[in-house]
Amino acid sequence: MAEGGPRVLVVDDERAIRRLLRTSLAAFGCTVFEAADGHGALHQVTAHRPDVVILDLGLPDMDGVQVLTQIRSWSSIPVIVLSVRDEEPTKVAALDAGADDYLSKPFGVDELMARIRVVLRRSVSSATEPVFQNGGITVDLGRRFVAVDGREVALTPTEYDLLLVFVRHAGKVLTHRQLLTQVWGVAYQTETQLLRVNISNLRRKLEPNPARPVYLITEPGVGYRLRLV
Amino acid sequence: MERSRPNPDELLDMVEAEDRQAKRGRLKIFLGYAAGVGKTYAMLEAARERQAEGADVLVAYVETHGRAETERLLEGLEILPRRTVEYRGTMLADLDLDGVLRRAPQLALVDELAHTNVLGSRHPKRYQDVQELLDAGIDVYTTLNIQHLESYNDVVAQITGVRVRETVPDLVIDRTTIVELVDLPPDELRQRLVEGKVYVPDQAAQAVERFFRVGNLTALREMAMRKAAQQVDVQMLAYMQSRAIPGPWPAGERLLVAVSPSPLSARLIRAAKRMADEMKAEWQALFVETPATANRPELRERALANLALAERLGARVHHVSSGSVEEALVDHARRQNVTKIVAGRPVRPRWRELVRGSLVDRIIRISGGIDVYVIGSGEPSEAAPSVPARPSPPLRRFLYSLPPVVLATLIGWPLSDRIEPTNLVMLYLAAVVVAAVYLGRGPAILSAFLSVLAFDFFMVPPRFTMAVSDTQYLATFAGLFIVGLVVSSLAARVREQAKAARSRELQTSELYELSRELAGAAGVEAITRVIQSHIRRVMSGETVVLLRDGQGLRPAAGSGGLDEDEHAVATWAFEHGQPAGRGTDTLPGASLLYLPLRSSREVVGVLGVEVAESAAPISAAERRVPEAIATLAALALERTDLATAANQLELLRATEALQSALLSSISHELRTPLASVAGVLSTLRAELGKGPASQLDEAARAELVETAWQEADELNRSVGNLLDMTRLESGAFRIVPETMDVEDLAGSALTALDARIGSREVTIDLPLDLPPVQADSVLMVHVLVNVLDNALAYSPHGSPLLLSARQERDEVHLSISDRGMGIPPSDLERVFDKFYRVTRTEASAGIDPKGGLGLGLAISRGIMQAHGGRIWAENRPGGGTTVKLILPSARHTDRVEA
Repeated sequence: MAEGGPRVLVVDDERAIRRLLRTSLAAFGCTVFEAADGHGALHQVTAHRPDVVILDLGLPDMDGVQVLTQIRSWSSIPVIVLSVRDEEPTKVAALDAGADDYLSKPFGVDELMARIRVVLRRSVSSATEPVFQNGGITVDLGRRFVAVDGREVALTPTEYDLLLVFVRHAGKVLTHRQLLTQVWGVAYQTETQLLRVNISNLRRKLEPNPARPVYLITEPGVGYRLRLV
Repeated sequence: MERSRPNPDELLDMVEAEDRQAKRGRLKIFLGYAAGVGKTYAMLEAARERQAEGADVLVAYVETHGRAETERLLEGLEILPRRTVEYRGTMLADLDLDGVLRRAPQLALVDELAHTNVLGSRHPKRYQDVQELLDAGIDVYTTLNIQHLESYNDVVAQITGVRVRETVPDLVIDRTTIVELVDLPPDELRQRLVEGKVYVPDQAAQAVERFFRVGNLTALREMAMRKAAQQVDVQMLAYMQSRAIPGPWPAGERLLVAVSPSPLSARLIRAAKRMADEMKAEWQALFVETPATANRPELRERALANLALAERLGARVHHVSSGSVEEALVDHARRQNVTKIVAGRPVRPRWRELVRGSLVDRIIRISGGIDVYVIGSGEPSEAAPSVPARPSPPLRRFLYSLPPVVLATLIGWPLSDRIEPTNLVMLYLAAVVVAAVYLGRGPAILSAFLSVLAFDFFMVPPRFTMAVSDTQYLATFAGLFIVGLVVSSLAARVREQAKAARSRELQTSELYELSRELAGAAGVEAITRVIQSHIRRVMSGETVVLLRDGQGLRPAAGSGGLDEDEHAVATWAFEHGQPAGRGTDTLPGASLLYLPLRSSREVVGVLGVEVAESAAPISAAERRVPEAIATLAALALERTDLATAANQLELLRATEALQSALLSSISHELRTPLASVAGVLSTLRAELGKGPASQLDEAARAELVETAWQEADELNRSVGNLLDMTRLESGAFRIVPETMDVEDLAGSALTALDARIGSREVTIDLPLDLPPVQADSVLMVHVLVNVLDNALAYSPHGSPLLLSARQERDEVHLSISDRGMGIPPSDLERVFDKFYRVTRTEASAGIDPKGGLGLGLAISRGIMQAHGGRIWAENRPGGGTTVKLILPSARHTDRVEA
């Protein structure tokens, strides 16, 4: 496979999952490293300098969120967290600790690849381009201009700031806390009312049908995501 | 009556005896005829032998009286410390019964069977302790002197002039008891006495000397030997019966002894016991309650005490009411096949015998083929307590005896000229009879007296004088007197019998009433209530009903509890299946009498009733009423138990049926998708490496893979639902409420179902001013997904869905409607049951209902309820189903302006 394929570190204590990911990701052109526990993961991250880490939260030796926090203490390498269903508080904790995205088991490998591509693209083009284009939405960052299907939409300053955060992390899940902190500041971390109302308003202005949003997706119990279409 | 084989009853007795024997300990009594013959010594020797054979021997209580040779024998035996009890300032050491039971040796040595326990012990007598040890399966060696045996008590007292107070009922020696005679020639015993080797409790030397006369000792020795020999006989008989050895069977003698309130009755009872023993006959005791005793509680009490003595001596006791002692006695004897009646020589004044004949005479006259034994009375051993005179009738009655006489005079006066005075007497006779019948004996005599006066004064010439001119009228006076007496006593007897019959009848009807009420009582609480109110009515006392609870007892529903001490007494009665507490031999210090509630199979509980405090144990006859109540109660409780058990069994069966249905449903729903996935994978694996030779084209391959993917998704959902259901039922769902826009909820649910909805038209009708709701976002989206998923599955492809919401006061009402097959009205509720799926009907043509476990709506309802909301289904006008959800709206509906 191509030398330029992404280098992926898979951290999971389940041999079956590691085998599946090793085979499938290799088929998508990735170079795959493996670790079965938290210490192995930390060692591999320093040893092989992967481009992205797929991290299972349930590890035998240490908590997945702990592993993530340690990695984040010296590296901004993209991390995608794997978890089983109904562990929303854990997902939120992982995202707040710096995870770039999460995926619930069972998952499709194509879905995982899509997430990998999103985080990789973001990490290479961190210098934001002046104009963001996603589906019918156009955001001209330089001119603070927003249009849907070519028609300009008038946003309040707060709505624009909120949208800007989504644009900067396009495709990535943002927790309530992250959004509140970035738009309103640390003091507003728990003011989910503000967020709920502004998201609702943004949807009315951007979505073709606010009741069936295509761009601003709610991740129940976790946060919101600007879906790339 | 000759028998060559044991009859079935005897066999049954034998089986039961052996059955009990298997668990019960064996009793060995070292029987002596006086103190100092070496009983304790012999017992210790025998125990040492047993220990040498490997038995686990415990010295529970042995009194050596400081004799060195005896004490030496104690060496090497385990000795249980005695229990010390403080009694009136002195410390008394006694047998530690619970200690022995805890230690549970194979063999326990308990000296002096006739010992009376320290006040406050569990049982008043040591032999009762021994019974408990035997019941616990512990063998017991004990010692006993012959004069302490109840039936020998009188005889010994007569021979020696010393009455022993501590007696042991004969019942203690049953046919499994081994009696070992410890013998010593009287000369040697006297020698030992002289040497000071015999321990004699503080008795005057003179009394000791009198007791230990050679003549006395010889007589006592003979009695002890006879008792020991008799016991061997009994055991031999039992052995022969059990082996059906034809032999000199007892002729089936049955003795009946009449019990009366007389102080001599006790002597008669002991004599009957000895006779029965010698004849190896079964014996019974009968108390005939006559109107005379029924009306006089003190007589009745004494008779019942005598009856209780007979019971302790091993008699079967009976208690009947009748006006005639002899008739009741003979009648009972006939019915019970009694061969011999034992009666006492009368002690009444001779003149009464001459008038009425003695009771014995009357019995003999009607006894027919039954032998009648008459036992001499001897000197009364104790003075009969003086009996208070019959209570005199109220003065009023004497006044009432006047009017009949006046009336007779008024009627007779005008006629006296025409009718002979002799015939006028008839009027007075009528007056006397009236007084006798209605007013009793005293007034009748008064009436007779007044009649004679009035007759003489008004009717007999010369009138208005009391002079009797003609001696013939003396006969008239006598006649009036006698008629008055006879009629009044007959009438009194009839009245009293009727009263006795009424009280019996009352008891019977009370019991009938109780059984009727119990039959109607459903449940333990109702039964308890019935018993309590019944006892309150009949015995006017407090009642406690305790029921078995595992190994112990607990107060029944509706019954009060007991303090710790009383509870222990009740527990004893429960564990031993015998009455305990006040009025019994066991723990008589308790405040209630505890009767075991014995059903046909086991003891189900204990009934505690309040009985009058009395020093002596109350007899079986007096326990009759409470025992009858206890029996009825036990049966009623057993019936309830059985009904409950039957219900539980039914429930269990239903549950098992449901569970097996669930298991098969679950296994079907999990295996089907798994089978598809495995099938697809096996096909693809078989095609591996075939390259161009593969039979599968790209499209077929894609279809296979798509199938497997969908089925895996289905499997994931089923497992998720099962997990959710489990969490819901175990209460592991934690609701984390947050304020949510309904629009956001709907959007999230629809997004999750994007793939399933596909091109289906979903209309969303939400008012702009709809307030947000307070809900756990994850769970609420889950509910909406489940409901929407059902709507999609049970409506035709391409038919539209409608999701709408309205505000109603503080609630938000959500509706999800389809144009599908609808739900049969009878199933509108049941669709929310676990594992329930609407059966496919004709109306479902064109619909391809999804599989699944039928858990989605059940989970949704659980989540809604946890939110304080509601969910239900309705049939939609125009066809289809509407599922409605109600959620509380968030309190603050503030819309932040940006």
